[in-house]
Amino acid sequence: MRQIDPDFLALPLRRLADAALQRARDLGAEHAAFRLERVRSETLRLFDARLEGSMDADDLGFAVRVIKDGTWGFASGVELTPEAAVRAAEQAVRVAEVSAPINREPIELAPEPVHADVTWVSAYDVDPFDVPLRDKVELLGGWSAGLLGRVDHVSASLMQVKEQKFYADTAGTVTTQQRVRLHPVLTAMRTDGDRFDDMRTLAPPVGRGFEYLTGTGWDFPAELAEIPDLLTEKLKAPSVEAGSYDLVIDPSNLWLTIHESIGHATELDRALGYEAAYAGTSFATFDQLGTLKYGSPVMNVVGDRTAEHGLSTVGWDDEGVEGQSFDIVRDGVLVGYQLDRRMALLKGFGRSNGCAFADSPGHVPMQRMANVSLQPAEGGPSTEELISRVERGIYILGDKSWSIDMQRYNFQFTGQRFYKIENGRLAGQLRDVAYQATTTDFWRSMEAVGGPGTYVLGGAFNCGKGQPGQVAPVSHGTPSTLFRGVRILNTVQEGGK
Amino acid sequence: MSERMGTPQETVERALALSRADDCVVIVEEGSTANLRFAGNTLTTNGVARSSQLTVISIVGQGVGVVSRAAVRPDQLADVVAAADQAARDAQPSEDARSLPGGDSLGDWNRAVEPTTIEILRDFAPALGESFAAAEASGRKLYGFAEHILTSTFVGTSSGLRARHDQPTGRLELNAKSADLSRSAWTGVATRDFSDVDVAALDATLARRLDWAKRRVDVPAGRYETILPPTAVADLMIYLYWSSGARDAADGRTVFSKPGGGTRVGERLSDLPVRLYSDPAHPGIECTPFVLAHASGREQSVFDNGLGLGATDWISGGRLANLVQTRHSAELTGLAATPSIDNLIMTGPDGGRSLEEMIAGTERGLLLTCLWYIREVDPQSLLLTGLTRDGVYLVENGEVVGEVNNFRFNESPVDLLGRLSEVGRSEQTLPREWNDYFTRTVMPAIRVPDFNMSTVSQAN
Repeated sequence: MRQIDPDFLALPLRRLADAALQRARDLGAEHAAFRLERVRSETLRLFDARLEGSMDADDLGFAVRVIKDGTWGFASGVELTPEAAVRAAEQAVRVAEVSAPINREPIELAPEPVHADVTWVSAYDVDPFDVPLRDKVELLGGWSAGLLGRVDHVSASLMQVKEQKFYADTAGTVTTQQRVRLHPVLTAMRTDGDRFDDMRTLAPPVGRGFEYLTGTGWDFPAELAEIPDLLTEKLKAPSVEAGSYDLVIDPSNLWLTIHESIGHATELDRALGYEAAYAGTSFATFDQLGTLKYGSPVMNVVGDRTAEHGLSTVGWDDEGVEGQSFDIVRDGVLVGYQLDRRMALLKGFGRSNGCAFADSPGHVPMQRMANVSLQPAEGGPSTEELISRVERGIYILGDKSWSIDMQRYNFQFTGQRFYKIENGRLAGQLRDVAYQATTTDFWRSMEAVGGPGTYVLGGAFNCGKGQPGQVAPVSHGTPSTLFRGVRILNTVQEGGK
Repeated sequence: MSERMGTPQETVERALALSRADDCVVIVEEGSTANLRFAGNTLTTNGVARSSQLTVISIVGQGVGVVSRAAVRPDQLADVVAAADQAARDAQPSEDARSLPGGDSLGDWNRAVEPTTIEILRDFAPALGESFAAAEASGRKLYGFAEHILTSTFVGTSSGLRARHDQPTGRLELNAKSADLSRSAWTGVATRDFSDVDVAALDATLARRLDWAKRRVDVPAGRYETILPPTAVADLMIYLYWSSGARDAADGRTVFSKPGGGTRVGERLSDLPVRLYSDPAHPGIECTPFVLAHASGREQSVFDNGLGLGATDWISGGRLANLVQTRHSAELTGLAATPSIDNLIMTGPDGGRSLEEMIAGTERGLLLTCLWYIREVDPQSLLLTGLTRDGVYLVENGEVVGEVNNFRFNESPVDLLGRLSEVGRSEQTLPREWNDYFTRTVMPAIRVPDFNMSTVSQAN
């Protein structure tokens, strides 16, 4: 197992935490937490096998959060000195005082066992920041060059993040963690007459190291070899006829539908209205816990922060709560929500299930998404078997456009690749496809989930929530799935053409 | 070892002196924020935050190395600069390489940075508390967010340029709901310092809209005459602006690509004399008057850092006038170098009516509050999908007669420009969807005779 980088451990973590927490205690805070973070990122972009731009950046700082007389207060700083930590504690208390006149709900937190001086490192082999930029450019450039000539243009990008967090609170919990994630994307573009289209790799972002690009977890050369012919076929494909179709949806597409229609809909802060003015609320209101028929009986959804290589996986969350796994939908019924410590206490859950996260030292931790995943069926069908059950339908791979309303009812998604299904067999690609549905209608129309062999962990780096806006990485696992009678739009016709 | 940071001006000068590259650009950004967030007539989160970011862009030959670090102390500066210099030496030649802009001086370089603090909300917070009390008493719940950000940006180059800009950015989003949460209304304002924010007046407009919503009318999906208020127009036009990169257009990838090659610059998009433009000096929405680029990409070049920005028309007289681009892409496309600017203004014909006058002049149509979850469906037509939110009202014979259900729309803002039947009077507005990224807009309300409401959304 890898160790936390020594240069992060060499920062004055405990010295600053002690100074800030003691000052918060002295000023009468009922609770205080100190968090010091370094988030390093490197992004490079190539176009037609040539480096277009790259940037190696980090974000370093610390935050103090207090509860003073039942009101939150938060302040962050960038100078890593005990004096600055004390100042931030004083500012956090002052923020609580200025805010007190508009606070009508005294803040209390669900209890959590003390985790004294514990460490955690995510599962990866090769730190991407140990790999020289030129090697990365050479690898992506080589892959791009292999496509050029068979397509008109190729864009390639690689995002890499190393997140290091130190957390300490007045209860005595002290955690130190490090995790790595990366997301490679290649997109091929081609024009045929007046028709332009593109096709992107389906490789998901992962909580792995650079080994992901060299053969562990994904076969990039094999996927890239197929793309030019697939794109050529897509350009010549017929436009879909709008109507009702059965759908077999690949994990590379369905992860995003899970994210939007289950992941966000089962955040308790949303369901209780705390995000009402921005991200929105949820149709899955708290009074329906245990009774809402979310989907068909084959629908089982788990939230977890423990899945290996998951983007939301941690040892402990940003409120010092241990990462856990928990049911959200069981046999099609809503049975759980994602929680932070405040929401957990507010609704009598006893303990948070560890879903607090802040994306930077300058931001407040809030309830963010666990790896919310649809479970496969033990001994369930293969993707080919699912397709064989469809007389007239569409097989959808890869994500592209997505949109869902503020209560998570009405959604519309497109994809990267669409295949017509006729009499149980694939019958060539289609174009201009979007599927549109109401969340519960959609999940209730799910007739079958595939077996474990079809299960893939998809995800994103950039799930947005909250004000000020924060982004969070999250994975969603799913098997291949079969839905009956879903509304398909023709996107060209939707545009009035 | 010193644990304290230097002033931004000292950091820029020292970093430039330390660089052994052929050329160097140093950017220091000092940020400070204060915010309050609330829901259901009570505070939910709050905070103050500081940030300090140093970006060193080293240039060796035509190679570029970019290293950006937070909270850099003076004793760490040499390592950051050396890393950028080494990255430049290792880099492939950059196709956008060219001379850095000359040695002008922009802004008050030497003045100390004055961060924002929670005190900027000291008067606003009690006023908000009074509105909470008033709302509670009359059965309304208020939700929203108030934020003030101050960013001081310093750009120094080895060519002698020193540019500084202090950007205040304030916003208030206010959302009122009926006690049973079945009715909802939204408004938002952009502000530079919160001194001009009248929360009670804003709440009063929301109370009026909640009253409008007491009569509910179900309307099916379809195409309807629709009035989009300035905030909704802002969200659509921002997306259009973000999609107006010259290189992608020239490569055939966007709605501004000309079939067969080239761009659509010069082509008529609207029969009305619509103007869409940016101007760093536009009163009330002033923004950074020089290029700021941390890394090169399709629509920005690190070699343009510090380049002065002036008023730029994107659409003029209804015709596509310019696309966003760098000096490098301007050479490739044969068009003017027109880099991105951080504000956006749209105007129509002289004498445009106010939103109230447009409502009064409507026989039957829909009036939107705002749009939400706008995403691109097809880049080549710029077909966007999204939702209506927080109030869609039915207008009959010049008056709002009730609230209708929400819809999912599928529309292209470029196509809409060709179908406008009216452009109203322009006013400063806060975009609902994109105000995390873009707050400085002046927009009109518009009337579209056949806006495509693709499906009904159950959300309310």
